[in-house]
Amino acid sequence: MCTVCGCAEGETRIEGEHHHHGHDHHHHEHPFVRRPAPAEAAPPAAGGPNLHFGQGPARAHAPGLSQSRMLRIEQDILGKNDRYAAENRARFEALSLFVLNLVSSPGSGKTSLLTRTIELLGRRRPLAVIEGDQQTDHDAARIRATGVPAVQINTGKGCHLDAHMVGHALARLDDLEGGLLFIENVGNLVCPAAFDLGEAHKVAILSVTEGEDKPLKYPDMFHAADLMLLNKTDLLPHLDFDVEACIAYARRVNPDIEVIRVSARSGEGMGEWLAWIERQRGTRLRARIDALREQARALEALL
Amino acid sequence: MHEMSIAEGIVQLLEEQAVAQDFTRVRALWLEIGPLAAIEVESLRFCFEAVTRGSLAEGARLEIVELPGRAWCLGCNASVAIRRRYDACPQCGSHRLQVTQGDELRVKELEVE
Repeated sequence: MCTVCGCAEGETRIEGEHHHHGHDHHHHEHPFVRRPAPAEAAPPAAGGPNLHFGQGPARAHAPGLSQSRMLRIEQDILGKNDRYAAENRARFEALSLFVLNLVSSPGSGKTSLLTRTIELLGRRRPLAVIEGDQQTDHDAARIRATGVPAVQINTGKGCHLDAHMVGHALARLDDLEGGLLFIENVGNLVCPAAFDLGEAHKVAILSVTEGEDKPLKYPDMFHAADLMLLNKTDLLPHLDFDVEACIAYARRVNPDIEVIRVSARSGEGMGEWLAWIERQRGTRLRARIDALREQARALEALL
Repeated sequence: MHEMSIAEGIVQLLEEQAVAQDFTRVRALWLEIGPLAAIEVESLRFCFEAVTRGSLAEGARLEIVELPGRAWCLGCNASVAIRRRYDACPQCGSHRLQVTQGDELRVKELEVE
């Protein structure tokens, strides 16, 4: 069993973790937890010469009445993920770490865009990457080649990263205070939309070699994202991709989505993308400073 | 596509509730699923049946409570009905809508013993 959280083995592996735990690590949303079948309800249990009726949790003892009862629980099914995400968010805030969750289909050029972004950001502040893929650590290796620390999460059969996996990956990264963390999600425009990882923003990457109507085909993702990066724009002269139609489709599902056209290869739009990161990071930091000032004022008033 | 994770999440939630509320078997559960929750109900039924085998919810009846999608139209200042994320306001045709109902994904009620 894992000593960090007590979870059992599963299919998810976080790079390096098995060296510490002696098993391939895991993930809480246990596939197929087998529990012993509950004892067959009913015939009175024979305990020696005695007969026990209504054993177990039943609250109804009237003869002939079913022992079943109704419970109103009103619980969000993704509540567990959301609790882990809230924990991550608190850790990110304590570290003043600005975190982006990059989502796209496979092949949109996420990793190339990320390596280019890292090169341009330089070493002014700490940088790190969490890479999500079903298998292999190829992407983490590409990031590490730039000199930036990266942790690969292999989701096994899983189609998305969840907040619990990210919490574990975070524990493997040091010295992030005041820095930037990029989480490159599993290439999938469907499932990652539903799983909050604790990030500041989801950034959807759509390459111009895909269809311009993807925002309509996968509306949940473009609804969840705050920014759409339209990637590989250097290829536009060779394609029939209608940029304006694509942006209009994206704004149909999310009227507030911002759009930046970029090309990791030619460098087009990279300055604008870096400026967006700086702006959002600044906005977040200022909001936190305001909240802390407010808190300090409230404390001073108590003196 | 992630209906399997959702089904596993439901079983986990039921197991936690079983300890907290002292029951050993779930006979039926009512789920609230909105049309904007990105969940295929038939796929969820299939996955639920698979993951509950051998669990406290084996054979449990799955009742789906579907809530209609609604959004607030910033143009009309009114609540309007929508069926999909990219629907336009049925009154003014604008897409400046804020979803107010329809993305629910929750376990509402249980019948247990």
